[in-house]
Amino acid sequence: MGSYFDGSAQFRQTGPFAGEEEDPGRMRPRPAAGFMDRQSSSFADFLASHSPDLLPGRAPRSPSPAGDSSALRDLPHATTIVAAVCHHGVVLAGDRRATAGSMIAKRDVEKVFRSDEFSAVGYAGTGSVGIEFVRAFQVELEHYEKMEGRPLSLAGKANRLAWMIRGNLAAAMQGLIVVPLFVGYDEDASQGRIFSYDVAGGPYEEQRFHSIGSGSVFARGSLKKLYVDDMPVRETVLACVQALYDAADDDSATGGPDLTRRIFPVIVTITADGFRKLPEAESEAYAQQVVQERLVQPDGPSASLHVAS
Amino acid sequence: MPFGYVSPAQAMRDKAEYARQGIARGRSCVTLEYDGGILMMAPNPSSALHKISEIYDRIAFAAVGRYNEYETLRKAGITYADLTGYQFDRDDVTARGIANYYAQNLGTIFTENLKPFEVEIVVAEVGRQPDADQIYRITFDGSVTDEPGFVAFGGQADQVSAALKEHYSAGMSLPQAFAAALAALSATGNGERSEVTANQLEVAILDRTRDHRAFRRIRAARLEELIREARAESAPAADAPSSPQAPSSPQAPSASSEPATGPDAGSTDRGSGIGGGDGNPQNPL
Repeated sequence: MGSYFDGSAQFRQTGPFAGEEEDPGRMRPRPAAGFMDRQSSSFADFLASHSPDLLPGRAPRSPSPAGDSSALRDLPHATTIVAAVCHHGVVLAGDRRATAGSMIAKRDVEKVFRSDEFSAVGYAGTGSVGIEFVRAFQVELEHYEKMEGRPLSLAGKANRLAWMIRGNLAAAMQGLIVVPLFVGYDEDASQGRIFSYDVAGGPYEEQRFHSIGSGSVFARGSLKKLYVDDMPVRETVLACVQALYDAADDDSATGGPDLTRRIFPVIVTITADGFRKLPEAESEAYAQQVVQERLVQPDGPSASLHVAS
Repeated sequence: MPFGYVSPAQAMRDKAEYARQGIARGRSCVTLEYDGGILMMAPNPSSALHKISEIYDRIAFAAVGRYNEYETLRKAGITYADLTGYQFDRDDVTARGIANYYAQNLGTIFTENLKPFEVEIVVAEVGRQPDADQIYRITFDGSVTDEPGFVAFGGQADQVSAALKEHYSAGMSLPQAFAAALAALSATGNGERSEVTANQLEVAILDRTRDHRAFRRIRAARLEELIREARAESAPAADAPSSPQAPSSPQAPSASSEPATGPDAGSTDRGSGIGGGDGNPQNPL
């Protein structure tokens, strides 16, 4: 209690409410001061001030020239993610392959995750860093909701993710790239929305459909011809599976459906009823339907040359 | 600033007395186990300021006393839980760990601060099985007690506790537990029963069967239904049909805007490379 008799007592508080400055005369360990004087309800902000070493996207300690290090090159990279708005909802789907150089590092990677009851996130880029970001983002959203008693708005969630990706920029420039694709159901507008990012953040709102990853070019081209506005969920899912199949057809780093091992794309839908991840059996049904049709027409459904008038 | 000499023992006694009085001035809160989980109930006319809150997946927090003080503790507890879950894994966050954290903090605050926190806190965790349920009570000076089955704290805690003990039995259904809690809270000193309405109560449950986040508030239509059932059961005249209408399951959608059911088993995931979300029994989330 010595500091009460100190002239500066009026400016400095003791106990758990004390700020960050250390009193050299104080020998007792204080309880974690940062926990008791939370100003922000953001978990990522809290990590930044309390334990920055836990933040996703810490740059490696010994910076190496971007992309030259063989260790970085051999890190598994995750690849094609597809999102499409459907009638009062949105679909997000991702392939299952992770490659390290020319090798397939993992056949059954999950790159699409539930971030909360009305949103989901998929990532492309370095697998381990992507996983870290997804975890941190899930905790960020849940933390805010518990602290404030209400969930963030969809735009708020998109912005928080952008801020977190921005924090990864230093690491991204050294090769640890993560780029997410964020989708959610906006309850106020009763519609699904898609947000994309670049390595420095974002978010960019996308209309109708979008794709990221090494196979995104092919997936986008495919969806350009297959996508119709305001389709029911089932047909939007089918369009996404077609797009992933086309991406796998042309990009070695994207995996198509593995019929022998029964490994299929991860497909999630978000509607007014919330998040739903399609069970394996349902995902398999869509994949089988696409594969059976491709046996007849390998390039998939062809679009008419003229727009129907 | 205190003038003259005050013995440390006296200072501590004064602080303890101060805190006890502050807590006794408020209203009681009850927490009890039922077959489907843990029920928490407190009289609370405010719809914005909560006494009962979620801390983590299967852990809830209830407090009595000074609002701004237990709000600080609530937020610190959530921070601690989220940090632990993030650093390690969601299963590594336990009510015991959080209770210890609160005990440590409250003890330090009691000793070091000029004014102790006038709060009493309960941290409850619902297990996968009824015998894994835990309820801890932490007092203003950092003492932790294990309170199996039920606990009443704050306000006229002794009276409410005695009333609760009368009505409580292990393995009750939710409507029965609700009625018991309501009866205990309504048993004021002068023995008369105050008519409680839905907007004067704050009620929440930790639902054992719910995936991921077990905490749910009971509000609006569902709350009114439970109050009606509780009153029907306790109605003294036996001519009224004694069995209330079949209680709907705790998972029945309430009028709140939350999703009606929790996420399907296996559709949530921890966002890590561990275990995926495919309903693998080792990792049910």
